[in-house]
Amino acid sequence: MRKAVTGLRAWLVQRISAVYMLLFILFSLFHFLLDPPHDYLAWHSWVKNHGVSIATVVFFAALLLHAWVGVRDVVMDYVHPLALRVSALALLGFSLMAIAAWIVRILLAGYG
Amino acid sequence: MCIGDMAESKKPRPVFFNLAQIQMPVGALTSITHRVTGILLALGIPFGVYLLDLSLQGPQGYAQVIAWFDKFAFRLAAIVLVWALAHHLLAGIRHLLSDIDIGSELPAARRSAWTVNLGGVAVALLAAGVLL
Repeated sequence: MRKAVTGLRAWLVQRISAVYMLLFILFSLFHFLLDPPHDYLAWHSWVKNHGVSIATVVFFAALLLHAWVGVRDVVMDYVHPLALRVSALALLGFSLMAIAAWIVRILLAGYG
Repeated sequence: MCIGDMAESKKPRPVFFNLAQIQMPVGALTSITHRVTGILLALGIPFGVYLLDLSLQGPQGYAQVIAWFDKFAFRLAAIVLVWALAHHLLAGIRHLLSDIDIGSELPAARRSAWTVNLGGVAVALLAAGVLL
């Protein structure tokens, strides 16, 4: 099977990331409904909890992959001139990578 | 890509993306809104990450983010994004179900399309009730 032709991998990435994000959103929603953080300390210690931190990093990885596949599809449908299309995809890719680096700094490097 | 594919893709295909002129059944509305909300959410990512960053930098940053939620324009933007997320998520679940052959028949697909469209609006109204 030729991936470039079938798009099977993109299809799969989109679905796996969607299901993970759905679970993460439900988990966060329940947390905010049942035990909403009432101040900075509570919020900070919840996010910096090891399990939550890792789950959040995975959430953003899923989100950025999902955004890459989704926005790329839209660009390929509506932007036809090759130079423009390549530029748009490059801009998209670099933006998402920059956001990924930002997320790593926020959640893994930490503020102590 | 092999030669056969090249020849196939050279044939002119009917492509018509002018949304203003297409008659849209309810499923089409669900579908294009899935796209539009996807783009909205993608544009929202850097703003969301910025808020997360600021809220974790210290008590001052946290207070700043809370203070923004007191602004009407900010709440309005939040409600639009909540609607976008709700619609996108429900439409996505509808896709996943149809992947496993649930609700692919036309009457069921129409019903679920209405459910997604109205469900997104219902969640947005709920958010508006909480925030406004």
